[in-house]
Amino acid sequence: MTGNPTAPAATSETTPAASPGAQSTSTAEQPYRELGLTDDEYARIVATLGRRPTDAELAMYSVMWSEHCSYKSSKVHLRQFRDTPSTDRLLVGMGENAGVVDVGEGLAVTFKIESHNHPSFVEPYQGAATGVGGIVRDILTMGARPIAVLDPLRFGDADAPDTARTLPGVVAGIGGYGNCLGLPTIGGEIVFDPTYAGNPLVNALCVGVMPVGRVQTSAATGVGNAVVLLGAKTGRDGIGGVSVLASATFDEGGGPARRPSVQVGDPFTEKILIESCLELFDRGLVTGIQDLGGAGLTCALTETTAAGLATGQPGGMDVDLDLVPLREPSMAAHEVLASESQERMLAIVTPEALPEVLALAERWGVLATRIGTVTDTGRLIVRWHGEVVVDVPPGSLADDGPVYERPLRRPADLDLVRADGPTAARLARPTTGAQLRQTLLRMIASPNLCSRAWVTDQYDRYVQAATVLAQPEDAGVLRLSEETGLGIALATDGNGRYARLDPFAGAQLALAEACRNVSAAGSVPIAVTNCLNFGSPEDPEVMWQFAQACAGLAEGCRRLGLPVTGGNVSFYNQTGAAPIHPTPVIGVLGLFDDVARRTPIGFTDEGDALILLGETADEFGGSEWAWVTHRHLGGAPPAVDFAREKLLGEVLVAGSRDGMLTAAHDLSEGGLAQALVESCLRGGRGARIVLGDGTDPFVELFSESAGRAVVAVPRSEELRFTDMCTVRGLPWRRIGVVDGDALDVQDALRIGLDELRDAHEGTLPALFGRTA
Amino acid sequence: MDAVGTDATTTTARIGVVTFPGSLDDRDAALAVRAAGAEPVALWHGDDDLAGVDAVILPGGFSYGDYLRAGAIARFSPMVTALIAAARDGLPTLGICNGFQVLCEAGLLPGALTRNAGLHFVCRDQRLRIETAATAWTRDYQAGEEIVIPVKHGDGRFVASPEVLAELAAHDRIVLRYLDGNPNGSADDIAGVCNAERTVMGLMPHPEHAVDELTGSGLDGLRMFTSVLTGLLANT
Repeated sequence: MTGNPTAPAATSETTPAASPGAQSTSTAEQPYRELGLTDDEYARIVATLGRRPTDAELAMYSVMWSEHCSYKSSKVHLRQFRDTPSTDRLLVGMGENAGVVDVGEGLAVTFKIESHNHPSFVEPYQGAATGVGGIVRDILTMGARPIAVLDPLRFGDADAPDTARTLPGVVAGIGGYGNCLGLPTIGGEIVFDPTYAGNPLVNALCVGVMPVGRVQTSAATGVGNAVVLLGAKTGRDGIGGVSVLASATFDEGGGPARRPSVQVGDPFTEKILIESCLELFDRGLVTGIQDLGGAGLTCALTETTAAGLATGQPGGMDVDLDLVPLREPSMAAHEVLASESQERMLAIVTPEALPEVLALAERWGVLATRIGTVTDTGRLIVRWHGEVVVDVPPGSLADDGPVYERPLRRPADLDLVRADGPTAARLARPTTGAQLRQTLLRMIASPNLCSRAWVTDQYDRYVQAATVLAQPEDAGVLRLSEETGLGIALATDGNGRYARLDPFAGAQLALAEACRNVSAAGSVPIAVTNCLNFGSPEDPEVMWQFAQACAGLAEGCRRLGLPVTGGNVSFYNQTGAAPIHPTPVIGVLGLFDDVARRTPIGFTDEGDALILLGETADEFGGSEWAWVTHRHLGGAPPAVDFAREKLLGEVLVAGSRDGMLTAAHDLSEGGLAQALVESCLRGGRGARIVLGDGTDPFVELFSESAGRAVVAVPRSEELRFTDMCTVRGLPWRRIGVVDGDALDVQDALRIGLDELRDAHEGTLPALFGRTA
Repeated sequence: MDAVGTDATTTTARIGVVTFPGSLDDRDAALAVRAAGAEPVALWHGDDDLAGVDAVILPGGFSYGDYLRAGAIARFSPMVTALIAAARDGLPTLGICNGFQVLCEAGLLPGALTRNAGLHFVCRDQRLRIETAATAWTRDYQAGEEIVIPVKHGDGRFVASPEVLAELAAHDRIVLRYLDGNPNGSADDIAGVCNAERTVMGLMPHPEHAVDELTGSGLDGLRMFTSVLTGLLANT
């Protein structure tokens, strides 16, 4: 979607055979502003075409030049991701539907996150369901079999009335679609904060795997080749999804009125579409393939045609829109072109292969219709009822949209917020054992730290028989090869509060945490994707946050030696004038030689030594403790040290490979206390902890300093492991042993596992009802 | 390291796994068949030839989208039509989750599977009790044995008339029951039942996701697949 935005469209001088402008010589003003185009943008369209656009053309430009499709505000900032380190593994980088990474043994992995925030606010079930469906087709388009999903979700306060509407609907939508597709859901996040009250964030990451040689292209090449539409019929659902929903701000309460702009999902159709496309790829029957997502046929036709021309071969496309199977025969041309009906793919097929393609589709019960032909005219020409309604240079829509350098301004209140740090003088801290005990129980039951089982038990994590680890583990882990154990790990992380306090550091902390999570599971991070959720780009303060986050992420990737392989930008996440906290969500892909070496989080072996890796400082800015106990957000987020993160990751992976660890858990929101509770409950064992002389138990237990993890090490491996840490220069401290049926922190608190479990697991069922 | 094979009694038994449009756990069931030491044979819903297999598994998923009623359309497919005749002649048949729903719709098993009482899809490692080892699919277990196998479904609440429930209980045809919490409100905590001849069995839990320590809930499901092999060997 991010083409080269340099040269203006090279408009053809040849007059089209049947000028679509002929019947539109009226001087009446066209409704371009209502379609979201500016005066300048409209003038540019007229200059590109050398005439007034037709209604259909105007509709196409309006969606393709929308923020969602053109990345017009973000492009100048996203370019720096191209400078992130490339590796030999990178087969397809930024700019395609999804990045592709060579993982060895002849296999390639592709992964990407996308947002479906606005549709999910308007209609939670269908919005979330079609969000999953859309990202799955992006992965399929690359030639891969989709093999798992992760869902980073953000809602308003857990007890806010609208959260009771959005959360159950979103979760049911993700489950309803993903479960019916046979895709395991192996991770994600659920975060509550009032900043998302009128604008929940529904992001979805999909990962797929394919033989290295099966990577597909979207280019429409080969003059005379057939253009085939596969999958569902086209209806009026989702018209204006990208321009009406995704590229504008909601006013208070304006959501549900836009329901007709939300697409409706049919996972069964998607399932048979996936199976039929995979068989088409395996049999080498398509020369090009593109999914239909935002902007529907408009986007697929222009992008495939533009990509074909970009290869340097003769290209162009003639399409007869009358051949598109419709749900509603009364649809107009511009509606057919703009419809975002789900479960559709566009394939470019040689005439020789066409009969086989149609037969294969029929066997799967998938509708397949030839709607056009690849030409050598250099133009995309669309006919409707015998008349030419579109005649455009495709690059002008797909690649040469407007690019804006929006003004940036540091938020006016940022210095004040940053100065209001959560010091001991500012916020009362627990000091006695009883206060620490009460704080811990309150923290682990708080909405952002409590058990996610209410949500994740509604997702199938077993299907496809390859899931080695899934939530609540640090990362989702999948086995790719039964013979060798080759496998991957995936984690997504983001913290809007950290990013509100410092968007540069916030993006880096999200990257660091996602890397830490895949390393804690035992894998080596190899690639990064992102979903950048922000307010309106027309607000200079939001744009400053965005620029800072992009710069922070790019720098972090350079420091860690990781490529950004793709991503998604979601702007206009705000209600009225109030933007959400800047929320960069980062996904990291990790690689295992052998997933049998994975490290789970649960403490399972009595007597194992517990070792805290990294260093703890008094860092509570943007912390869960400050929020849960004082509703406070201020100060600076924890410091990021990428050299330390890298070292920690290497130690965690080495410990896993050499069989020195029985458990590992990264430390993040909620600090050491949260990690210990989760590991104890997951493994069903208690822990005896000695924090050490001269330490402040409150800081030790609840600080959110980055670059830390707790590991469980069998006694027989303890010396070898700690020697390795010492030699490599990673600070470590023995803090206790796995023991008994309680979490016992010497001189501070003792809480039985049953009491911990009741506190940790009761919150979401109490808010949203029992599921079984 | 991965799947655990059976002992030396490796056979060439061939077990068919039917794929409908919308089947999801079909490849997983085939892996479990292989882990048990048999040869999986892919069967296509549109064919009516059982390819001479020694037993058939109807896997989990959402056949034809389950839009009318779970299993209601699959029941009319050419493959299931052929299977109904063969199963009535004694061909061992196992329906897992959606497969159980298809067997009920096909009249090979009594009762029906309806929406979970909690109205939510439930995925969890479920504790179960094997109530009888006297079926083609449980003979490698002990009656009364407790096992853990994943459940994952939205329509798993077994319902039947009081007469049918009494009949099932009286003839030892309740094969598995849920323990430690009924996930779906099933009558009498029923997780699986068999036909009068004890060759056709359906269950909501997924034994194919408990045949590999690394990717499943454990190994408690493997013996469901070895059971049918044991029976086939005994008959030869």
